[in-house]
Amino acid sequence: MFDLSGKRALVTGASGGIGREIAKALAAAGATVALSGTRVGALEDTAKEIGKDCPILPANLSKLDEVDKLVPAAEAAMGGVDILVNNAGMTRDNLFMRMKDEEWDDVIAVNLTAAFHLNRAVLRGMMKARWGRIIGISSVVGVMGNPGQGNYAASKAGLIGMNKALAYEVASRNITVNSIAPGFIASAMTDELNDKQRDAILSTVPAGRLGTAQEVAGCTVFLASDSAAYITGHTLNVNGGMAML
Amino acid sequence: MSDVADRVRKIVVEHLNVDAEKVTEKASFIDDLGADSLDQVELVMAFEEEFSVEIPDDAAESIQTFGDAVAFLTKATS
Repeated sequence: MFDLSGKRALVTGASGGIGREIAKALAAAGATVALSGTRVGALEDTAKEIGKDCPILPANLSKLDEVDKLVPAAEAAMGGVDILVNNAGMTRDNLFMRMKDEEWDDVIAVNLTAAFHLNRAVLRGMMKARWGRIIGISSVVGVMGNPGQGNYAASKAGLIGMNKALAYEVASRNITVNSIAPGFIASAMTDELNDKQRDAILSTVPAGRLGTAQEVAGCTVFLASDSAAYITGHTLNVNGGMAML
Repeated sequence: MSDVADRVRKIVVEHLNVDAEKVTEKASFIDDLGADSLDQVELVMAFEEEFSVEIPDDAAESIQTFGDAVAFLTKATS
C-alpha cells in the first residue's frame, strides 16, 4: 500500500533520532535513501541499520554553500531526488527578552532557510518528472507556540507557511508539499527529564505517553506514498491529542 | 524556418500541448497558448537544456512570445 520502490529520497538530519527512523522507514518501504547530517559516524550507523546502499552526504545546514551542494550531490549519487524530507532542526532556547540575535539567526538558518534552499533545488527534477514529495518536519511548537522558543516556533511555523505556498505552486505537477508537526516524541532529550518534568508534560497529552520516532516516520512514509497523492499543503499533527486542530 | 525556431517550436508544442500552427512569431505563451506562469518557467528550463545555455531571470521575464524565445536563443547560441 505504501510502496516506495524505485523512489529516491533525501533525508536531512538523518543522524538524529527522528531522522534516523524516517530514513529507515522510507528504506523499508523500498526507497533508496540518501542520508544527510552533521555527524558522519551516526549517518554510517544509520546506513548499517538500513543494510542497503545509502549515499552518505554530510552537510552543515547552517552554511549555505554546504546546503546548496546537497541536492546536486544527492542527484549525482542516486540519479535524482523524488522525495525530500526536511527534518534537520535545532533549538537555541531563550526567553524573548534575553534572546540574542545569533540565537534567532542560527535557528532560522537551519530550520527554515536551509529548507527553502533545498525545496528550491529539488523542484527542477520533480517538475520534469511530474512527480515529487516534499515533507517538512515542523513541530507542535510551530502551531501552538511555546515559551522560551520564539525562534524555534517562528522557524517551524515558517516551514508550514512556506510549504503551503509551494504546495499551491506545484500541485498541478503532481508534487505534494506537506508538513508533519510532532508533539512530544521520546528522544535522547526527553530521556533526560526527571519524573516530575515528565509527568508535567504527560498531563498535557491525552494519550498519556510520549510519541515514538517510528510514529513520525510512519506518517512520512504515508505522505511520500501514492496513497497520499491528493493530500497537499497539509499539516499532519502527530501529538497524542495534545493539540486537536 | 531556422533550426532554432524548429527546436523551440517542438518544445512549445510538446510542453503546452498545442497545434504547431498556433505557434506563430507573435504568439504569447500565456495569452495565446494557454501557459500559466509555471509553464513559462518550465519552458525556459527546457530551452536551457535543449540549447545548453543559461537564461538569467531578467532575460527569462522578457521572453513572452515564441518570437522572443527564438530571437533570444538565436543570439545566445550564435
